[in-house]
Amino acid sequence: MALLDVQNLCISFGGLRAVDDFEIHVEKGQLYGLIGPNGAGKTTVFNLLTGVYKPNEGIIRLDDVDITGKKTIEINKAGIARTFQNIRLFKGMSVLDNVKAGLHNHYKYSSLAGIFRTPAYHRVEKEMDERAMELLEVFELEKEADYLASNLPYGKQRKLEIARALATQPKLLLLDEPAAGMNPNETKELMETICLIRDRFDMTILLIEHDMKLVSGICQELSVLNFGRILAQGETGSVLNDPQVITAYLGE
Amino acid sequence: MKKINKSTKNNLITYGIVVIAYVIVMLLNVTGHISSLMEGLLVPLCIYVILAVSLNLVVGILGELSIGHAGFMCVGAFSGAFFSMCMKEAMPAMARFLLALVIGAVCAAACGMLIGVPVLRLKGDYLAIVTLAFGEIIKNLMNVLYIGKDSRGFHVSTKDMIALGLEPGGKTIINGPQGITGTPHDASFTIGIILVLLTLFIILNLVHSRDGRAIMAIRDNRIAAESIGINVMKYKMMAFTISASIAGVAGVLYAHNLSTLTALPKNFGYNMSIMILVYVVLGGIGNIRGSVIAAVVLTLLPEMLRGLSDYRMLIYAIVLIGLMLFNWSPKAIALREKYSLRRILGKTGTKNVSENRTEE
Amino acid sequence: MSFISYLINGISLGSVYAIIALGYTMVYGIAKMLNFAHGDVIMIGSYVVFVMVSGMGLSPILAVIVSMAVCTVLGITIERVAYKPLRMAASPLAVLITAIGVSYLLQNIALLIFSANPKSFKSVVTIPTVSLAEGQLMISGETIVTIAACIIIMTGLTLFIKKTKAGQAMLAVSEDKGAAQLMGINVNGTIALTFAIGSALAAIAGVLLCSTYPSLTPYTGAMPGIKAFVAAVFGGIGSVPGAMIGGILLGIIEILSKAYISSQMADAIVFAVLIVVLLVKPTGILGREIQEKV
Repeated sequence: MALLDVQNLCISFGGLRAVDDFEIHVEKGQLYGLIGPNGAGKTTVFNLLTGVYKPNEGIIRLDDVDITGKKTIEINKAGIARTFQNIRLFKGMSVLDNVKAGLHNHYKYSSLAGIFRTPAYHRVEKEMDERAMELLEVFELEKEADYLASNLPYGKQRKLEIARALATQPKLLLLDEPAAGMNPNETKELMETICLIRDRFDMTILLIEHDMKLVSGICQELSVLNFGRILAQGETGSVLNDPQVITAYLGE
Repeated sequence: MKKINKSTKNNLITYGIVVIAYVIVMLLNVTGHISSLMEGLLVPLCIYVILAVSLNLVVGILGELSIGHAGFMCVGAFSGAFFSMCMKEAMPAMARFLLALVIGAVCAAACGMLIGVPVLRLKGDYLAIVTLAFGEIIKNLMNVLYIGKDSRGFHVSTKDMIALGLEPGGKTIINGPQGITGTPHDASFTIGIILVLLTLFIILNLVHSRDGRAIMAIRDNRIAAESIGINVMKYKMMAFTISASIAGVAGVLYAHNLSTLTALPKNFGYNMSIMILVYVVLGGIGNIRGSVIAAVVLTLLPEMLRGLSDYRMLIYAIVLIGLMLFNWSPKAIALREKYSLRRILGKTGTKNVSENRTEE
Repeated sequence: MSFISYLINGISLGSVYAIIALGYTMVYGIAKMLNFAHGDVIMIGSYVVFVMVSGMGLSPILAVIVSMAVCTVLGITIERVAYKPLRMAASPLAVLITAIGVSYLLQNIALLIFSANPKSFKSVVTIPTVSLAEGQLMISGETIVTIAACIIIMTGLTLFIKKTKAGQAMLAVSEDKGAAQLMGINVNGTIALTFAIGSALAAIAGVLLCSTYPSLTPYTGAMPGIKAFVAAVFGGIGSVPGAMIGGILLGIIEILSKAYISSQMADAIVFAVLIVVLLVKPTGILGREIQEKV
């Protein structure tokens, strides 16, 4: 059984079918790519998967649980975390606190314990600090733990966003154009990081990307979206050689 | 960890400032260096500090604009004073005042929850106008509320005193525009300072806890906060409710510092709410210690300028505009950085290393 | 009959709110700020007319024109000195607080010059009261002039925005400052123009308000200012027809609740209606719903 199983997903905005009859099956541990020209509906698919939009039709199952039409918070609790195309960090908070915010639902103490700083508060906060630092170390951000998130350079902001998403202990990680705005070196480094996440956290990753090099380098399977519909789907190599896909990307 | 120590240290500095200020005032008082005018300002100072700090939770930490804070204060003042009036003879003063504080806080918190409903639906300026409307409604309602008590129990009217139909010997407690008269004078500077410290304790610790992080996450990016499983509704509601209840406490303190409590535009209208907002913004949005200092300075400023009689409010206004321009204008900020002391002295600041916004 | 008369009074008061609200809405649309000092510009404008008519015995028409000129200059000056430096400030609250400071400043200047004692404002309207339905329905000259002024201003402003280059520039700047600048629009000039128009309208509103409610103090502008702000939000802030609808509805609700429910609770009712409207339609009656793009 696939970890993420989506069938017949549709959504329209005022008559425009932004996503039409979308299907995807992502196996556990897979690195799956979602590609397509600008405006093909890739981010809309992410927004549907994470409950930002409610689908008009279709079923989304995560690990055999139906999460269709649930709220973003519930979907995150069910096990999907994401990053955003235009980075959305908590800019007024420290790097460490960004990750600790991601730990929110896994390390708990009551509000009163927080206000009165009971032993439970100190214990849980310490655990959170340790866990958050571990995550930061994976992304080599541990030295910047006290920086304001907004003071990080661009590439590190992207990494921090991934670290924060991972902090929610997801089963499936959605990355929305993680390499956008990066130079080839940074992209290469990012590819390594993504593979590292998959191996180290045993993570399943679905990513949207424009950078063909990145996609062909790390994704085992691909779906190509064009005008809201699936153009091609399957193993990376064969999909990228599909004449239809080449036409969609390069024109006639 | 180092981090916790740092925030704790910062909090201790804030408490320390308050305690030292208290000690200095008490010393001056004993040696007779405080004018009666100044003395009359001591409790109001505490009230303004509490209001500013609690409003900062909504404006600075949650990032929502509220111009109805005086409304919560009004609810606290009237509910607390009403309780004290009912229990005037029945309880010892200290216990009665403590209970009044609790009741004021609870009633204001209930209103905070009520106003929380639109908060969850509205954004930005629309929310601001709803909070303003709420404050005005409360003030208005207090002016038409009559409550009396006789042997048959409580009587409520929104018309006039006669409509209460009190038995002879019955007592009017809330008398419409005349408000509540004869509230016991239970407030003192010492109690005020204790409440200031309590407020700081609650807000500072809240901000540096799991809940505080969630609230700030919502402020910085609501969509991202939702995506990591933070319940936006719950925490917005929490911030509004806590802020309202503390404003309610300030209201109780206010009511027990005066013999007559009336709901005037001056004390509970939008002007008051705006004044508290001025403290928050001038002290630094999200900066709790700044709120304390701004509230004190801006309350004392018009009094210090008293010698200038008619010109003092004019100067106050000019100082306010000047301070805002100096603090917030990008050009002024650039200029300040160019000629900052640190730079002139050649110290390389570790500007990049953050503090939490709350402890700058 | 009394209902109709209340209704007309409501429309008249609402027209004043609408004219003030136009100033709020235009400034908000273009500078994305709540100009808290707008109400006090009204007050200054009224004092100018008061001095010229009651003090110097000049013609009311001349007084109104001078008052508009004074308010225009005042509006532009406030924008240049107090608001413009903060346009790029880190927090939008900064300029809001500065606006509050300007409001205090104007009130206290008026207080110093004219003292807190109310001045009785001589109506500038010379049209006699119209008596209808055998004297059962009286419509004062002030009411007629107010409503007429409101209609003229509304039409004129709509035409100005739709038909002139400057009006189109205003729309462009309120939509996207950066893009407007790139298209060669003088953004600073356009914003100044908006303040100028808003302030000139404030002068007219002040005269109309004080002609109907003749007691003038340094705080005269504050409450109508807030009410007009509510009206602008009511109709959907940033929308010119919205300000009109919001203002007139607000005036009608206020007068009717004064007449039929309770004069002390009229303000509470106005504000309660506002909250209900916003709960049903979170961006006001004609406001645009803006969805954040994820």
